[in-house]
Amino acid sequence: MTNKILYVLGALAMVLLARDIYVIARLPGEVEQGAIFKIIFFHVPVAITAMTAAAVALVASILFLVTRNFRYDALAVSVTEVGLAFLAANLVTGSIWGRVIWGIWWTWDARLTSALVCWLLYASYLMLRKAIDEPTQRATFAAVWSIFSFIDVPIVIFSIKWWRTQHPQPVFWGGGSFPADWGRIFAWNMLAVVLVGVVMTMVRLRQEDAQRELDSLRRTAHAI
Amino acid sequence: MGFFRQVFVIMAKDLRAEIRTKEAINASLAFALVILLLFSFAFENSDESMKDNLGGLLWIVFAFAGTLVLNRSFARELPNDCLDALIAAPISGAALFLGKALANYVLVLGVELVSLPVFGIFYDVRWARQFPELLLVLLLGTWGLTVIGTMSSALTVNIRLREVMLPMLTYPILVPALLGAMQLTSPLVAGTPIGPETVTWLKMLIGFDAIYTAVSLFLVETVLVS
Repeated sequence: MTNKILYVLGALAMVLLARDIYVIARLPGEVEQGAIFKIIFFHVPVAITAMTAAAVALVASILFLVTRNFRYDALAVSVTEVGLAFLAANLVTGSIWGRVIWGIWWTWDARLTSALVCWLLYASYLMLRKAIDEPTQRATFAAVWSIFSFIDVPIVIFSIKWWRTQHPQPVFWGGGSFPADWGRIFAWNMLAVVLVGVVMTMVRLRQEDAQRELDSLRRTAHAI
Repeated sequence: MGFFRQVFVIMAKDLRAEIRTKEAINASLAFALVILLLFSFAFENSDESMKDNLGGLLWIVFAFAGTLVLNRSFARELPNDCLDALIAAPISGAALFLGKALANYVLVLGVELVSLPVFGIFYDVRWARQFPELLLVLLLGTWGLTVIGTMSSALTVNIRLREVMLPMLTYPILVPALLGAMQLTSPLVAGTPIGPETVTWLKMLIGFDAIYTAVSLFLVETVLVS
């Protein structure tokens, strides 16, 4: 049953993404920035997906600490890994845009720095997991660290924003204007990107389940 | 024994053990000196723009040297299974954590207060002009470093690659605290007191310390038991 849902969602995500790329490619270039502006159709959705992933990881981590159910731990690690990949995509697309518009790959502006710090925070979560062998200890420590990291995100964003700002102001909330049909395309691509994220998380979750089953079989074999 | 008495006993025990062996504090002080030396190769001291960045330099020294103290905090209890005995002792995890954190706090502050004059001599900085305010920043920044570091020390004590993991965990999460401390320290060592522009950093530092102290005390029991 879960497999069927996974395949359907996966196919849907691929079709939707292909259709969106086709539509976006045929759009005219933006007045000032030209074709590179279209990167926003991916840059912003991957960022929103990554932030959602961090929030899901927090909830899953808290639920693990409360219930001690390993499914929540599996969800936490799956969604964190996928979120980290999406945040990396956000950093890379942003960097490409910056190279074309600013002429530099990287600048220590508020949002870039915050995104990089968040990436490092969640990378350290995965490294901590890798270093612990005992499943219960790994799940507990990782859950604690996920909570620690999530609390840090708003403080990082606030403090670095205070430090400096030169990122273009968000297009949707104040400043700039986005034609209505572009907004619709953006919404469709947002859906496609989120779907890709959900499918990746589900695949990863299935791996975690299989791994847990393997571990328990191995333990049984040792006991015999 | 009341909670604070337990905290005090743990703190006194850790400080006594450290003062007798001096293993962490010696390494930390020597390391602080080495970094101060290395910075002289990296930056031209006569450069005027250098004067605006001295606070950053100082906090990098503190963060690096502090890690050496923090790394030993829980690792010290590994021989003879002392950690198991401490966890089995009739005290709460929060008391154990707070005691250890306070002992680390004293040690890291000690290292900082020794490196500060050395830094002043090497880089021609009259750091003492705003000393009370500088001390306040040191106290707040170091507490942030200590709380996060002690928690990381508890998390990494039993795992592979302990020494590698601690800085990997500590520094990214410390970014806001270190950034704030650096922004406050640079003008202070240059002789400018905390003004309306920098006071936000002070508030942020206090908030960071309060939030992570509370969350650590709340979660440390879970970490120690498993």
